[in-house]
Amino acid sequence: MGRFILHRLIQMIPLVIGITFLTFAIVNLVPGSPVDRIAFNPRARPEDVARIKENLGLDRPWPERYANWLGDLLHGDLGLSLINYTPVRDRILGVLPNTLVLTTTSLVLALVISVPVGLQAAVRRNSVFDYAVNVITTVLFAMPTFWFGLLLILLFAVKFNEWGLPSLPVGGIYNLRGDTGFLDRVQHLILPAIALAGVQLAAWTRYIRSSTLEVIRLDYIRTAEAKGLRDRTVLYGHAFRNALLPLVTLVGLTLPELFGGALLIETIFAWNGIGRLAYDAALSSDYTLIMGTVLMFSVLTLLANLLADVAYALLDPRIRYD
Amino acid sequence: MTETRRAAAPALAEASPEPHQPSAAAVSLTDAHPASGLYRRAWRRFRRDKVAMFGLILTVLIVLFVLSADLISRITGFDYRTGELGQQFLPPFQGPHILGTDLNGRDVLVRLAYGGRVSLFVAVLAALTTLVIGGGVGAISGFFGGWADGVLMRLVDVLLSVPGLPILLLISVLYRPGVTGLAVIIALLSWPGVARLIRGEVLGRRGAEYVEAARVAGADSSRIILRHIIPNVIPLMVVWISLAIPALILTEATLSFLGFGVRVPVPSWGNMLDGATKYFAKSWTNVFIPGFAIWLTVLAINLIGNGLRDALDPRLND
Repeated sequence: MGRFILHRLIQMIPLVIGITFLTFAIVNLVPGSPVDRIAFNPRARPEDVARIKENLGLDRPWPERYANWLGDLLHGDLGLSLINYTPVRDRILGVLPNTLVLTTTSLVLALVISVPVGLQAAVRRNSVFDYAVNVITTVLFAMPTFWFGLLLILLFAVKFNEWGLPSLPVGGIYNLRGDTGFLDRVQHLILPAIALAGVQLAAWTRYIRSSTLEVIRLDYIRTAEAKGLRDRTVLYGHAFRNALLPLVTLVGLTLPELFGGALLIETIFAWNGIGRLAYDAALSSDYTLIMGTVLMFSVLTLLANLLADVAYALLDPRIRYD
Repeated sequence: MTETRRAAAPALAEASPEPHQPSAAAVSLTDAHPASGLYRRAWRRFRRDKVAMFGLILTVLIVLFVLSADLISRITGFDYRTGELGQQFLPPFQGPHILGTDLNGRDVLVRLAYGGRVSLFVAVLAALTTLVIGGGVGAISGFFGGWADGVLMRLVDVLLSVPGLPILLLISVLYRPGVTGLAVIIALLSWPGVARLIRGEVLGRRGAEYVEAARVAGADSSRIILRHIIPNVIPLMVVWISLAIPALILTEATLSFLGFGVRVPVPSWGNMLDGATKYFAKSWTNVFIPGFAIWLTVLAINLIGNGLRDALDPRLND
């Protein structure tokens, strides 16, 4: 298993280089540089502009700049924020746990709901339950993530409050009065996690339903039923195990989407994570900070894909990992 | 039977690989052209699919609404740019503003029509551009293989593992694109998925017997691609585009909602929401209405896409 993981890690190296190059290229292939803005100032002398360019290394050809930037990156140096000169790495690592809590919670939430619901819908094909699941997932799948989040706020925070019902908090990670107990944090997590899970929940439920439908027609299921096993055992022990495999791949593939969704949900719910950091950086044109968040999201995606591969190898005995 | 054909013609004529021949198309199941027979059968299946037909009708209504933006503006007497002071946040269904007014006292109904036009334009343009780039890359990769395939597929791997939204934010900040530029940028990040899809399909067709036969008969690569491979990939592309357009509507809406997509004063469904969220407590209908429009459109086109997928799947027979 160790060798399998190592092998996958080595395979990731060209990908990581490609991602860094892409990120670098997007920022540096723009005609002009951040310094050009200074050049518009009538009081900036040409030699000042040249000096600032030299200090920032912007007078060098781009391959050299890329090599320098990559070298810094290998030391874990993502540069300084252009707005307040704080190290980008510290800014990102500071809020990384918050993003991980949010994304992991909604991932688990989506799986915990979609797996049993999808299986049941497949087993009770064409029943009222199946029909209802179909309608709900279709409706949910078409929802823009941010609008879904806003509707949740409208209903559970604004309207519930108006109606005198217990409402849920919609901003931040914990109570600002400093009352940061576990329960308080969970309360703050509920709405953003549901909002983020919504689309994936719908997509995965449909997927599990259709892949289960394909599996339960197979002979080994009939054999298992003929042996007199209980329905639950057949469903979860036999059918689900094979229907699960493509799901693992699908979950791995939808992770970039999940992180994109996290950006939105964090912005709407004032959740202090990487997504919100990226949004704030974009608002203030802080290129280095956005580049840092893009790289961080990419690395998270790659690591999560690695996890998906490992899970796949563990679940599928046909895959040899040595 | 003739009625079927007439109805099918506008929807699928451009997808038909065969030159349009009314006389040949009138022949039914014993058609000499297998491809147009496929589309006719697909349309028959599609028409029986009540949910898909519902989606089609809904989509047509939405497109009509969006296209008649100028007419709506003339009838109601409001345009999408000028608001009236003292008329902000009027509730819907009361007075002359049918869907109320927004934070600048502009008519929401008129803005919804104009905004929808922009949103749909961006999505359709982005989908077509994506298809051209992704289809081209996928076809080259799948047909020629070798080092071109290796390089292109590594590029696809890279693009598939960067999260699109932060990159889009970065590009939007740097380049400040207009409406057309936005569509192109979205396409530049969206093509890898379809490239992989087309590559797989082309790879599968390349070794098919009818391709071998064409090659033996002396056809060169371009003829094989144009006459034998592309017609067979078209059903897949039709399904793909019908599912890509709603996804791209969501992408545009997301970007515009964050303030990095279509920029004011040009309205789009996404940036209408952006302006409205700050005044959630004052008027929730301003948040609800544009989002509802996005949701309804995405839902309607998704239903068409699902119907098309079922109808065009050659494994299903009727």
